[in-house]
Amino acid sequence: MSGGRERVLARVRRALADVPRDERPRDVRVERGYRRVHGDRTTVQTVDLLAENLADYRALVHRVDASGLPRLLKRLLAAHGSRSVLVPPGLPPGWLAATDPALALVPDREADTAYELDTVDSVVTGCAVAIAETGTIVLDGGPDQGRRRITLVPDHHLCVVRVPEQVVGSVPQALGRLVPGRPQTWISGPSATSDIELNRVEGVHGPRTLEVILVDGGTDV
Amino acid sequence: MSGTSGTYLGMPAFPVAARDAVRDETLRGNLRHATHTIREKRAKAVAELDDWERLRAAGRDVKERTLRHLDHYLVQLEEAVTAAGGTVHWAADAGEANRIVTGLVQRTGQSEVVKVKSMATQEIGLNEALEAAGVRAYETDLAELIVQLGDDRPSHILVPAIHRNRGEIRDIFVERMGSWGRAAPAGLGDDPAELAEAARVHLREKFLRAKVGISGANFMVAETGTLVVVESEGNGRMCLTLPETLISVVGIEKVVPTWQDLEVFLQTLPRSSTAERMNPYTSMWTGTTDSDGPRTFHLVLLDNGRTDTLADEVGRRALRCIRCSACLNVCPVYERAGGHAYGSVYPGPIGAILSPQLRGTGSEVDASLPYASSLCGACYDVCPVAIDIPEVLVHLRERVVQGGEVTRNGERVTIKPAKGHRGERAVMRAARWALDHPGALRAGQRLASRTRRVHPKRLPGPGRAWSDTRALPEVPEESFRDWWQRTRGGDR
Repeated sequence: MSGGRERVLARVRRALADVPRDERPRDVRVERGYRRVHGDRTTVQTVDLLAENLADYRALVHRVDASGLPRLLKRLLAAHGSRSVLVPPGLPPGWLAATDPALALVPDREADTAYELDTVDSVVTGCAVAIAETGTIVLDGGPDQGRRRITLVPDHHLCVVRVPEQVVGSVPQALGRLVPGRPQTWISGPSATSDIELNRVEGVHGPRTLEVILVDGGTDV
Repeated sequence: MSGTSGTYLGMPAFPVAARDAVRDETLRGNLRHATHTIREKRAKAVAELDDWERLRAAGRDVKERTLRHLDHYLVQLEEAVTAAGGTVHWAADAGEANRIVTGLVQRTGQSEVVKVKSMATQEIGLNEALEAAGVRAYETDLAELIVQLGDDRPSHILVPAIHRNRGEIRDIFVERMGSWGRAAPAGLGDDPAELAEAARVHLREKFLRAKVGISGANFMVAETGTLVVVESEGNGRMCLTLPETLISVVGIEKVVPTWQDLEVFLQTLPRSSTAERMNPYTSMWTGTTDSDGPRTFHLVLLDNGRTDTLADEVGRRALRCIRCSACLNVCPVYERAGGHAYGSVYPGPIGAILSPQLRGTGSEVDASLPYASSLCGACYDVCPVAIDIPEVLVHLRERVVQGGEVTRNGERVTIKPAKGHRGERAVMRAARWALDHPGALRAGQRLASRTRRVHPKRLPGPGRAWSDTRALPEVPEESFRDWWQRTRGGDR
């Protein structure tokens, strides 16, 4: 389709005949006078804001110290009635050490079809970064997060955030921490829609239940 | 305009379509309810950021930088996408884009595709082109699904089925879902949560078996080759990650220079469109990733009138648009007339400046769109990339009335003044003559003052339509010029 390419580029250049030839992109000024972060918060306050904003968009938020994480995950999976859980390859093994022996741990395998993923009840992951101002968790396919589809098809997502080290205040700070080339999913609350009379309704195609666990202190249990 | 959104061919001019729409009380009720709900929420979400005006200015600047050097950024984007394992195609118009996408789908051997809501593919009529080639395209966004099942047309950028209330949506689901796949559950009610659940079940089987996904994109980052899709329901994630082949059709103006530039738009877009701090899901991908998501990625860069728009130094600012739809929600004209009257996939104030530029002002509806506004300026106030929509509207009105040089399909052409504006031009010519001849002006003003008691309340003849909706100015007893000469502003 090189014909199309040359035609479109030639049209763009003709359309920009008014732009001086020696003008470089950088010559067009971009005034970045906006804030890097909104408000002045301590680390503790930033984590509190994250919890508050996550809950505001209907994520279920839990706070626990590192030693309590395995028991909490056991309890949450049982409370949801899960019989199987997807496990990313690099999830710290200790996290699911306390779960019921009857709970099937399903590894994240390339060969599995979407139909197979659809039979799994829950998924447990870590995250790359969490944004306090917007109540967002970001996954970037890291070893404790797995392929994008495993946090999409099961109806119940448990996401562990290490606080405070994985928490940033704002969107600009989060982008600075992320690597562009990695596939990313930014998640702010469970799947929702505003398509019926512009009212927000939770629960469409993505996981209808999102539980975010804020873990204090070392988590490599 | 061959191949450009055939759905809208033969649309009547805006005033005609709008007249029918404003008589539809259900439609007006639905629109009033929806636009007022979102208006207040948006104002609240925006008020949370005390640097909103600075974010808005930065968004405008980033887009201006991009547009003034669009060739540079498109080439950079192409290199980055290709280096990351994607294939880039270029389409000058709708027909070319449809041929490229149809060919790509056919090469996979598949006869169905799942689609994420995309303005660009609606604009080019991709679903119809695929249908003609024997490929069924399933819309997966809830509102798009409602439109598709109801054999309807979208009427809002963000919420294409905004003209439907819950009861109407329920009826469409009950009557139509069965013929597209899994039928609606028995006894379906009209609670929004129940309706969303019905859509979930209906579409699930399509997502799980899909081999080809088609999307648009909200942003493309030139320096990294990253595409960004902002959504709420998860249907986007399904289409972007489960299929083996992903085809994205994106307007060339959607490119932004750097990764850092996203920090502006990811703050302004969600708050402007759904009035949220952040939308539930944002997907970002760069070419293909080993063993995660589609193995084949095609990016189709779409012109289809964008370079013609770019060639107009005033009109080009319409290309800054990030499709948030805030301007629709605050527009008094949109609120009453609804989206269909605009005769385009781009309704509302932004549509009134975008459609006549993308498609030209040749058709009746396109020539009437620059007039589908009271120029109140509410759209400009809320626009997160500071597009001065009223200014572009006035510029386009001038073009419609006076004609002149424009670019169509990449060529400079001279368009004739539109029909129906002869009276207006005659009045303007007369005014110019009078203002150039002070003696005649003075004589005319004195005559008008002396006869003021017998002036009619409405104009006769061709002026009647104009004065039907406007009060004629009252002529003072003495003209300003005479008063000034007599008193020197009160000194005498």
